[in-house]
Amino acid sequence: MLDALRLPFIVHAVLTASFAAVVAAVSGYFLISRGLTFAGHALPNIGFAGAAGAVLLGIEPVYGLFAFTIGAGVFVGFIGKDIRERDVAIGVVMTFALGLGLLFLTLYSGYAARVYGILFGNILGISAQAVTVTAVASGLILAVIAILYRPLLFSTFDPPAAEARGVPVQLLSVLFMAIIAVTISLSIQVMGALLVFTLLVGPAATATRLVKDPRAAILVSIGLGLAYVWLGILLAAASGRLPVSFFIATLSFLVYLPVRLLSPMGQEAA
Amino acid sequence: MFGLLSSDVFQKALLGGTAAAALAAVVGCFLVLRVQAFAAEAFMDICFAGATGASLLGQSPLIGMIVFSLLSALGLGALGERARGRSVEIGMVLSFALGLGVLFLSIYTRTSARHSNAGVSILFGSILSVQPADLYRMLACGAVALLALAAVYRPLLFASIDPTSARARGVPVRALSVVFLLVLALAAAACTFVVGVLLASALLIAPAAAAAAVTIRPYRTILLSVAFGLFITWAGLLVSFAGPWRHPPIGFSISALAGLVYAVAAIAGRRGRPRRVPPRDLNREVRGSERSA
Repeated sequence: MLDALRLPFIVHAVLTASFAAVVAAVSGYFLISRGLTFAGHALPNIGFAGAAGAVLLGIEPVYGLFAFTIGAGVFVGFIGKDIRERDVAIGVVMTFALGLGLLFLTLYSGYAARVYGILFGNILGISAQAVTVTAVASGLILAVIAILYRPLLFSTFDPPAAEARGVPVQLLSVLFMAIIAVTISLSIQVMGALLVFTLLVGPAATATRLVKDPRAAILVSIGLGLAYVWLGILLAAASGRLPVSFFIATLSFLVYLPVRLLSPMGQEAA
Repeated sequence: MFGLLSSDVFQKALLGGTAAAALAAVVGCFLVLRVQAFAAEAFMDICFAGATGASLLGQSPLIGMIVFSLLSALGLGALGERARGRSVEIGMVLSFALGLGVLFLSIYTRTSARHSNAGVSILFGSILSVQPADLYRMLACGAVALLALAAVYRPLLFASIDPTSARARGVPVRALSVVFLLVLALAAAACTFVVGVLLASALLIAPAAAAAAVTIRPYRTILLSVAFGLFITWAGLLVSFAGPWRHPPIGFSISALAGLVYAVAAIAGRRGRPRRVPPRDLNREVRGSERSA
C-alpha cells in the first residue's frame, strides 16, 4: 500500500488533486454563497465542448477548456441577476455547448480516449509539467481571492449595499466567474468534466452548514476537500480500478447528508 | 424525402422524438414557472445512473432511468417544499448520481469490448438504436405523465404561480409538488432516452423557456412550447437524416436548433414588451433560500 504512494504517477495525482481541492474549496464557498450552483454545474460541461474542439484542431485540450469556460463564465457574470432568466439562459447555453461537443467528438475520428479523459477525468495520467502548471495557477487564484477577499465577500452577501458603497459589483462578478473558470479547468484533470462540480460544491456545502463565519467556513471547506480527495485516491488505489471521482462524490455526499439533516442552520433557512 | 419517411429507423426516431418532445414541452412550462430548471438537470443525471446501472444488470437503460428517476422524485418529494429553489441540496444529489453513474459505466465498459461506446450513447442519446419494446414503454410513460398533468392542471398552475395564496385557499401544495416531481421524472427519462443525459434539456427547458419569453398566458405558453419542441425535434431529425454536410449527429442538430429558437424568442420577447415582473413573493422566496442555503 505505502509502496504505491511512491510511484511517480500517484505522487502527481495526489499533488494535483490537493491543489485542485484547495482552490475548488475556496472558490466553491463563494459560488454557493452567491447562489451560482447551477453555473458551477454548467461551466465544466461547456468546457468539455472547448476541449473536444481543441482535440479536433490538434491542439492541447487545456486551451480549449480555458477558452470556453472563461468565455461562458464572463457571459454568466454579465447576464441578469434574476435567477429565473439566469438559470434558463445558462441551461440553454450549456445544452448548445454540449451539442457542439458531440459534433466535435463525431468529427474527430482519431483516438477518442483523450475526449473521454476530459469527461471522466484521467487522474493517473498527469504529467510532471501539468503538476507545475496546476501549482502555479492555484497559487495565482488563491492570491487573487486573498486580494479581493473583502469586497468579494461584501458584494456576495449584500450586493445593493456594496454597490451603494462604491464596490464595483458587476466587475467583481465577472472577475469571480473567471476565477471559477480557471478553478474548473484545473479540477477537470482530477475529476472529469462531469464531476468537477462535486469538488467545487461538496466541501463548501457541508462547511456552510457547519459554521457561519466566512473565514472558518473556508478553512473547514479546505479541510473537507483535502480529506475527500486523499481518501478518494486511497480507496480507489485499494479497490483496484474503480474511478476516483466516484469515491470523492460518494464521500462528499455521505458527509453532507447527516450534516444537512442534523444542522440547526437548516431550520433557520426553511 | 418520401423514401426517408418509409425507412424504419427514421419512423421509430420520429415517433419517439415526437412523443418525448411533446411531453417535455408541456412539463417544461411548469418547470420554468416553478424555477426548477436545476432540478430537471438533476433528474437527467439521475437517469445517467439509472441507465448505466440497468445496462450493468443486462436490462434496458430506459427501465433503469424510469425506476431511478421515479424513486428520486419520491425522495425529493419527502423534502417537500424545501426542495424548491434549494440548489445546493439538488446539486449534492446530482453529483452523487453522477458519481454512481461513472462507477457503473466504468464497470460496464470493462465487462466487454463491445460496451466501450455505451457511455457515449447514454450521454448523447441513442434514438437510432431504439428497440420497439422501449418505444412502447416510452409512449406509455408519456401518456401516463400527460394524463396526470391534465388531472392536476389548474391547482398545479395556481400552486406554481403563487404558492402562498394557494396554500391559504386550501390547495394541497405539497402533494402537488410530489405529483409534479413524478411527472418530471417520467419526462426526464423520456428525453434522456431520446437525446441523452447531456442534451435532454434541449427538449425539456429550451422550448418552454422560449415560449415563456414571448407570452405569459398559460395556455398560449403551453401551445407555443409544444410547437417549438416539435419544430426542434422534426427539423433536427430532418437535418441529421437528409441534410447536407456529413449528417451531423442528431443530438447536435436538436440542441443547436433549441439554442437558436431560445435566442430568437428571448430577443423578440425583450423587444416586444416591457420586462415582465415575476410574482414578488415567489421571487423573494427563491432568492431568500438561495442566499441562506
